[in-house]
Amino acid sequence: MDEILEILEKDGRASVEDIAKMLRKKPLDVKKAIKQYEKEGAILKYKAVINKDLIKDSESEVRALIEVNIIPQKDLGFEKIAERIYSFPEVTSCYLISGTYDLLVVVEGKNLHTVSNFVAEKLSCLENVRGTATHFLLKKYKEDGVILKQKSENKRIAISY
Amino acid sequence: MKNIIANKVQVMQPSGIRAFFDLVLGMKEVISLGVGEPDFVTPWQIREAGIYSLEQGFTSYTSNKGLYKLRLGICRYLKNKYNLEYCPEEETLVTVGVSEGLDLVLRAIINPGDKVLIPVPSYVSYGPVTELAGGIPVYIDTSKDGFKITPKLLEKHIDKKTKAVILNYPTNPTGVSYRRKELDQINKVLLKHKVLCISDEVYGDLTYDFEHVAFPTLPKAKENTVYFNGFSKAYAMTGWRVGFACGPKEIIAAMTKIHQYTIMCVSITSQMAAAEALVTGKRYVQQMKREYNRRRQFIVAELNALGLKCSLPQGAFYVFPCIKSTGLSSMEFSRKLLDEQKVAVVPGTAFGSSAEGYIRISYASSMDNLKEALRRIALFLQKYR
Repeated sequence: MDEILEILEKDGRASVEDIAKMLRKKPLDVKKAIKQYEKEGAILKYKAVINKDLIKDSESEVRALIEVNIIPQKDLGFEKIAERIYSFPEVTSCYLISGTYDLLVVVEGKNLHTVSNFVAEKLSCLENVRGTATHFLLKKYKEDGVILKQKSENKRIAISY
Repeated sequence: MKNIIANKVQVMQPSGIRAFFDLVLGMKEVISLGVGEPDFVTPWQIREAGIYSLEQGFTSYTSNKGLYKLRLGICRYLKNKYNLEYCPEEETLVTVGVSEGLDLVLRAIINPGDKVLIPVPSYVSYGPVTELAGGIPVYIDTSKDGFKITPKLLEKHIDKKTKAVILNYPTNPTGVSYRRKELDQINKVLLKHKVLCISDEVYGDLTYDFEHVAFPTLPKAKENTVYFNGFSKAYAMTGWRVGFACGPKEIIAAMTKIHQYTIMCVSITSQMAAAEALVTGKRYVQQMKREYNRRRQFIVAELNALGLKCSLPQGAFYVFPCIKSTGLSSMEFSRKLLDEQKVAVVPGTAFGSSAEGYIRISYASSMDNLKEALRRIALFLQKYR
């Protein structure tokens, strides 16, 4: 992967000037490259990774991973059904997977009931949905490459040869 | 209880530096750019191998020479990387870091009165360990040659009593390294005068703009070189204390003799982890190296922009900017920077008086830390321009 993307993937707020210094490139070239990546969709968006465990009163307290079994549609396969499912704003991620189930859907809601209701009233009764298996997320250890434990003290001696 | 301490130990380490270090350690909220070890944790796969070996009950002594599979791995690594062939049985010794290896080789070869050439500024232990072994360190000032040792400088300082030279490249504290052509010329001088080459290449895997050249790969150098490398820097295994020496049979045998009496063997857990590092660690080294490189390029650009002249170092994770433009001495600069901005750097004089007017900045620190430290250095410099 291009080093510019590597840097931005780690820190979405890295400035063009800083990236240019890190890679000994001209700031203008870096800017152009980033614009191009944004245009073609290689860079989809920039966001902060929030540790929701530390924030009370959030709208998405509960997360569930739902495996969905689908009866594929003639000529369309899974595409249309997947689109219907991921169009719901409660669905934050949607994947086609191998194995016993067909789709893995990640749903976020205010509480247990909200999510269960969504599955019961909106998801399970969709045409072509054969069945679902819902797993509620109990604890997040690591997400997007970030370990969510509280950062421990810097362990190195402050000065050494 | 007067004078119980041996004279030669009493005179070790300039007290000025020690006092400065104690000051840094006693302060809170310091951003330290004075750390001589990686800011990365040992990659999990390597740690896991160490942990697993304990679970499996590997807790006893190993062979004095070191775990056989580690020695095999070391020789394989040297063959693959440098096309260097060493025998794991007789030409390889696993040591407690390169530090122990250097101590061993000096004690193995020095007779009273023997001289050891040490290009300075250099890593702090070379001189003292030479003296402890009963030798005479001959410091060669490289400050007027871009901090590089040259054939000319060597010729000037070699005499009949010169036993060995300690080369270290990429260098701590300056980060300089050498290309094949330069090393070739140095090698010729050493062979001509029959001076043993003690080559500390512990930062070899962290060479950025060109491929590191191992000294024993030079023509006829292998029989005249003791090669040192370790796991501390490249694999972020400083605390594990594992290094190794490869060299001529007789020297390794002599080193092993001392080692078996004083140390017995390196910790088995560390050796097992190191063996794993050689098998699976390459991609982690590549990742860390890429990160160091970015920081290197960033910090050199920034320091020069601030008016602190600094060339792009070719290896390790140190930059060695000149602070003469401030009119302050290395120690004054470091003290004031610490007091006024709570940023710690190491005064160049800690590595030799020839480095007066320079400071060592370690970029083994997160980008955030580096940026904040540079911001504070910029503020500091406003007063002293």
